This record gives sequence, C-alpha cells and structure tokens, in this order.
Amino acid sequence: MSAPSRTLAADILEATGINAATCYQCGKCSAGCPMASESDLRPHNVMRLVVQDRRDAALAEESIWLCLTCETCSARCPNACDPARVIDAVREMSIAAGVADMPRNIAAFHRAFLEQIRSNGRLHEMGMVMEYKLRSGDLMKDVTNAPGMLSRGKLSFRAERIQGVVEIKRIFEKCGVTP
Amino acid sequence: MIDVAYYPGCSLHGTSREFDESLRAVAAELGIGLTEIADWNCCGASSGHTTDHLLGVALPARNLALAEAQGFGAVLAPCAACYNRLSAARLAIATEDGLAARIPDIIGRQFANSVEVHNAVELLRDASVTIDEKVAAALAPNPLEGVKLAAYYGCLLVRPFEVCGYDDPEQPTSMDEIINACGADDVDWDMKVECCGGAFSVSRTASVLRLGRAIIDNARSHGAEAIVVACPLCHSNLDLRQKAMAARGEEPMPILFVTQMVGLALGLAPVDLGLGRHFVDTEPLIARLVKQAAERVAAEKLAKQEAAAKAAARAEKQKVGA
Repeated sequence: MSAPSRTLAADILEATGINAATCYQCGKCSAGCPMASESDLRPHNVMRLVVQDRRDAALAEESIWLCLTCETCSARCPNACDPARVIDAVREMSIAAGVADMPRNIAAFHRAFLEQIRSNGRLHEMGMVMEYKLRSGDLMKDVTNAPGMLSRGKLSFRAERIQGVVEIKRIFEKCGVTP
Repeated sequence: MIDVAYYPGCSLHGTSREFDESLRAVAAELGIGLTEIADWNCCGASSGHTTDHLLGVALPARNLALAEAQGFGAVLAPCAACYNRLSAARLAIATEDGLAARIPDIIGRQFANSVEVHNAVELLRDASVTIDEKVAAALAPNPLEGVKLAAYYGCLLVRPFEVCGYDDPEQPTSMDEIINACGADDVDWDMKVECCGGAFSVSRTASVLRLGRAIIDNARSHGAEAIVVACPLCHSNLDLRQKAMAARGEEPMPILFVTQMVGLALGLAPVDLGLGRHFVDTEPLIARLVKQAAERVAAEKLAKQEAAAKAAARAEKQKVGA
C-alpha cells in the first residue's frame, strides 16, 4: 500500500487529509465512546499509536473493529481531528496489509452483508443472516426470533435482485473489494 | 405539493416495513409525493465504508445518479444509515480531490452530484406547521395530546455535522418539534444522541443490549411513555432486543417510528401505520391514550355545557332582578 519509509501518520494524512499530530490527547473522544468499556484501546489511544508511528500495533489492534462508527468521537473533538475517519482509514490499511484482527463474528457479518449486496444489489436480510451463521459458526443465533419476525412480515424468503446487478459487481471490482 | 425521489433502502423493504408503510400514509396526508427511485441499490451501510472508503462512496453514488437521471433535485432517505451514507457520499464527491472525476467511471453512469439528500425528520419538521393545523382541525380527539415522548436521534441522523447539518449534533430539537406539533410533550432526557449499538445487533448482541438498556432506562426515568425513533437499526435494537430485557422482568417501553407518531396524531388507523409489526406491543399504550383522549374531550364538553348553563342562569337572575 505504501513505501515502508513512510510514516503511518503520513499515510493517514494522504488518505484522509487529517493530520493526526494535531490530537492533543484530551480524551474527550474516548469519554463519549459507547464501546470504550469493551475496548483495550480507545479512540485517543489509536490516535496516539498513529502519531507514534506504531504501524504494526495499530493495524493489528482488535479494538479498531469494535468501533460502531457512531461518530461521537469526531463530533466532540475540540480540534477537528476526526478520530472516526482515522480509525476507518486504519481499518482499511489493516485489511490491505492482511493483518486485520477482526473478531470472527464481526468479520462474518461484514462479509455476509457485502456478499448480499454484490450478488443481489440489495441486502436480503434472511440470506445475510444465513450466510452470517455459516461464516461465524454461530448457527443458533436469533433462531428463536425468526418465527416472530416472519409472523410480523419482517422477513422474506425471496431476495430482491436489482436489474443493474452487473453495475454493482463492476463497482466492487473497481474498488478492489472481494467480500 | 412537494415531490421527492424516495430511497427506501433495504430495511424499509424488510425488517422495518412499518417505517415505509407509515411514511407513505403520512406523506399522502401531508401532500408530499414520493417516487421510489427505480432499480435502487443498497447503500453499503457501515459494512461498506468500514471495509473500503471508495466502496462506501460509490454504492450510494449510483442511487444519487439514478435520482438525478430520473429528474429529481432531492432524495428522501428515511433510514438514518442510508441517509448518512447518501449524504456522506455527496459531501465526499464534492470535497475530495479528484473523486468527482473518478465516480462516473466507477459507477458506469454520468453524475453531476446535483441531488440533495434529506431524512424523514427533516421533512416532517419542515411540515410541522401543517401537522399542527391538521391535528387541530381533526374531528376525532387527538390521542397524543399530553403524552410524554422521548425523541431518540441516535448517531447517524445527526453526526457528523458536516454530513447531516440540519440539526445540532449534541442537542438536536427537530424531532422534539414534531412531537410538539403532534400535541405531545417532549421529554428532556440525557441519551438523545447516544449510540444504540447499530450494526452490532447480530454480531455482538451483548453490546447492543448494554447500550439499549441504558437508553430505555434513561427515557423511563425521565417520564417517557414511549420512545420515538427515525432509524430502523435503532428501532430493532430497542424493540426486538427488548425481548431479552423483558425476560429479566423489565417493564416494556413501546418504540414508535416518528412517522407512526405523526400518523396517530393525524387520526390514521394503527394497522395502516404498521403498529402491529412491533415486538413490544403498542396496543395497550394506544388503547389507553385513545381512552384518555375521549375522556378529556368529554370532560371539556361537559365543562363547556356547565359554564353555558351557569351563564344562562345568571342572565335569568339578572332579568328577574331588573
């Protein structure tokens, strides 16, 4: 993705336009983070890793996958450092570098979700959950909710496939994403 | 009559059908024309932009290009996640170096980025005067008069400000204005813009339960009788996931889509607003509110009659005295 001589902060700057060094570690981002209590590293810690150029540690960090992308950190940052966008970029680099330490269930969810879009153009929720179960091994997940979802007309056995599904496959190819 | 391109997104065709049903019903009442974008595709939601920034822009961009080609200047995306992605894509294409030039090749379509993106809260807030007038003019008693409702915005409807921008990201009031237009009272509470756990509903349910419980408890402790939402993810995380909370003996808290609330105030039937599709039964709340509204109107009528009788008696007395 980048020459090894480049710093992580320089790569982030190029990808996002954000200068991570402007973060002065006030911790306001982490104070509002809904996943802070479940994460080893909080948003301001990730910003610190970027500034310290600890690429291996940042890219292999599990906590970046626990981010809900709720944007609270970025909304509250007093210096417009946009930690949510930085974490998004670190995740992308982590996938590209092949070192992503995504919890199995979360990885399974993202792949199942994107595979649904790539093959139908729209998300077929039942198909997505089935694929998620196979990928995660969590076969009994929400089984007891299925009858209630069906009786309320919230689940459909049939996927909606758009006419332009070829265009969607092209978008995935152009972006270099294979679910 | 406003006419907008309608982008329902996957949830409104699936697990949140009631959001689509109630939106269509309310839009018809308010004279808002909705034309569904032909052949729309999924916006990619958080899985898209979490995996690849460009994918997270290109998937929504195709929908904006379709709306543009179909002659629309504005898109309504009621789902908060779709709204956020469509709006974020519009902003990225307008501001990021070279992106506008690359998008037509990636999506295989011409695109001038000329389409504005709006959400249902914005639309209803702008129609709140009309809602207020229609509620006041309705013949049936308004069941929502005086009911305490907590407006829950969550994340993607208000953040980031650069992407959303129609309301304050920390202290939003747009949904509270709609609540007031419906004759109900907005609750002043702490968790308006906290996250419900969003896309972790399936993959990390324990986190979603922790976050959802905190939101519901806070709304309840501030006197809310129901929570109003405008996001399918918020709805299922607070409604469906309450089953686990109910199993621990916690009191049920009905979760209404903002469009369902407006529909009730406008006198539409609960069945036409998809209120039967929820996991937390809304029937007891609605039955109680309808009964209270009828009693209130009857009491007001009685008070008026008594006042009129008193006035008549007084007039009679004066006549006799004269």
